[in-house]
Amino acid sequence: MTAAFVAGADVPLKRRLKRAERARQFRALGLVLPLLAFLLFTFVVPLAGMIWKSVDDWEVPQAMPQTVAALERWNGQGLPDEAAFAALAADIRTAHDAGTLAVAAKRLNYIVNGYRTTLLSTGRKLKEQPAPGTARETLIGINPAWGERESWAAIKSASGPVTSYYLLAAVDLTHNADGAIVHAPADQSIYREVFMRTFEIGFGVTALCLILGFPVAYLLANLPTGRSNLLMIFVLLPFWTSLLVRTCAWIVILQSEGIVNGSLQWLGVIDEPMRLIYNRFGVYMAMTHVLLPFMILPLYSVMRGISPAYMRAAASLGAPPATAFLRIYLPQTIPGIGAGCLLVFILAIGYYITPALVGGAADQMISSFIAFYTTETVNWGLASALGAVLLLSTLVLALVYGKLALGRQTTGGLKN
Amino acid sequence: MSANHSPQTASQRLAWIATIVASTLVFIFLMAPILAIVPLSFSSSTYLTYPLPGFSLRWYEEFLNSARWMNSLKNSFIIGISSAMLSMALGTLASLGLAQWKSKWKPLILAVVLSPMVVPVVITAVGVYFFFAPLGLTGNYLGLILVHTALATPFVVITVSATLQSFDMTLARAAASLGAPPLLTFRKVILPLILPGLASGALFAFATSFDEVVTVLFLAGPEQRTLPREMFSGIRENISPTITAVAVVLTVISVFMLSTLEILRRRNERLKGNVG
Repeated sequence: MTAAFVAGADVPLKRRLKRAERARQFRALGLVLPLLAFLLFTFVVPLAGMIWKSVDDWEVPQAMPQTVAALERWNGQGLPDEAAFAALAADIRTAHDAGTLAVAAKRLNYIVNGYRTTLLSTGRKLKEQPAPGTARETLIGINPAWGERESWAAIKSASGPVTSYYLLAAVDLTHNADGAIVHAPADQSIYREVFMRTFEIGFGVTALCLILGFPVAYLLANLPTGRSNLLMIFVLLPFWTSLLVRTCAWIVILQSEGIVNGSLQWLGVIDEPMRLIYNRFGVYMAMTHVLLPFMILPLYSVMRGISPAYMRAAASLGAPPATAFLRIYLPQTIPGIGAGCLLVFILAIGYYITPALVGGAADQMISSFIAFYTTETVNWGLASALGAVLLLSTLVLALVYGKLALGRQTTGGLKN
Repeated sequence: MSANHSPQTASQRLAWIATIVASTLVFIFLMAPILAIVPLSFSSSTYLTYPLPGFSLRWYEEFLNSARWMNSLKNSFIIGISSAMLSMALGTLASLGLAQWKSKWKPLILAVVLSPMVVPVVITAVGVYFFFAPLGLTGNYLGLILVHTALATPFVVITVSATLQSFDMTLARAAASLGAPPLLTFRKVILPLILPGLASGALFAFATSFDEVVTVLFLAGPEQRTLPREMFSGIRENISPTITAVAVVLTVISVFMLSTLEILRRRNERLKGNVG
């Protein structure tokens, strides 16, 4: 220790301090690195992989490499040349034996309905009968679909390595056989509606949370600390209760033999039980309940910081209570309202469990479609594209939230 | 009424009463699910309706005697405790580093560290499912523990960072000036003072994992089903009274965690008081 001290004595103190500081910074970075590496493996890379899957186009190039190469020369007008037909016949034979044909057939079926059957039956028939004439005659003889430009345009558009197909499909758009972007056929155009529904439910839940949360936050912020801490239990206990427990409880309360319907029937208000669950009403009820604490807590923390002196000053200057509230108090709560609303909205649009359990088929939000395409139909491209759109919306909103929270931190000191 | 709010005029008093009435209604709304489900779990009937025909503990008995439910309870604890410990270690180290690190990249790093909290869980679940499946990390505990750790770590970082912010760094410097090496300073000075904060962080992490069901839906095999996962299928099929008993058990665990957190918070305030 002393030796080091003496040895370093000729170095100016300033530089030594700088060096010590740099070492400290490296140590600090070293402490953060394990978490960053962990998150890279369990979070960042998986998300990047999902986004890649939304543009990755590997099925057709894998099963039909020769056709893909042959179609590079095709200008998309009329039918491709005999070489392309021969390549396709060869590819189908190989892929049929290798078992990769079904995957490519599934991919092509997204573009042209019925392609799957065409391709798979062609695969079977090519194996049965050796071709007597040209590849073109054989293929069109097996299935007239090979004589249509649309079938070839589909292969060309799916020949990778990346495709905009899934991302376009996620917003109800598609390429037609000429390569122009057009509206997707009506039976596949559902996602804009689903996104609108997701945002609509998000807005509805946010509005309900604000209406219900504002008076509670105001009460808690203006009560003496002891009493407000006690009442805070009513907010925190539901907040800490399992999501599944709360969802289950709402079903029990709202079902047709449930407490609400039972009481109303007993009171004679209604004769038949009302439908309160497995519809939009149930979704709003359960989601508002789940997300309400996320509105109350930021509102409360902002309201707690508002000095009562402002209101007293307004009153002493002759402002009626309502005016003082609207013009003096309310503007000061806006950071809290903004933070609470954004937080609730961000959480609401990503919700999966609650709508899945208490909603009907017409109340499913975008998350449930993402889950459906991942596990049920295994259309990972579309699941990823829908996920990418939802991720983008969430990140934009989170960025706004971050700016807002940061702004509050920096101006908070000035205001008070 | 508080000093903050001493109503002078009739209209102000009216507004205050309206606030109390509205808040009471919201409190009832917030507590209704918990209040409704507790009595039903003690019902002797198989129907989930009021009035209760009689008192019985049969649904709790059924829960305790069911191998399926007990297995899921065990899974929830295995995964919850493992991910709490892992996220505790990673999160505390990172918070200690972030507290000292000064760089223009810090906001970006912080955004990455906190992002698992913001990204919808279904997206995380899908991404991880695609990534983990070829690595053989689906259908076993390890994959679930890793994802739950990723989801829980932001809460640890937030809690521990808040504790560190109120920690008086001159104490560490005092220890160093008296000749204590960094590790000893950490163990003898820093750790005892930030321990309540660490424990809150661990509790948050455990609660996050314990309540998580979306990633379990994607990654778990039949052997790793957790309690919320069993409840999910139970609610999907048909709500049996056993589920209400499970719900009450889970609520009791929540109450226990919430009270522990409150005790830790008070202890932390007290420690801070002593320090300052």
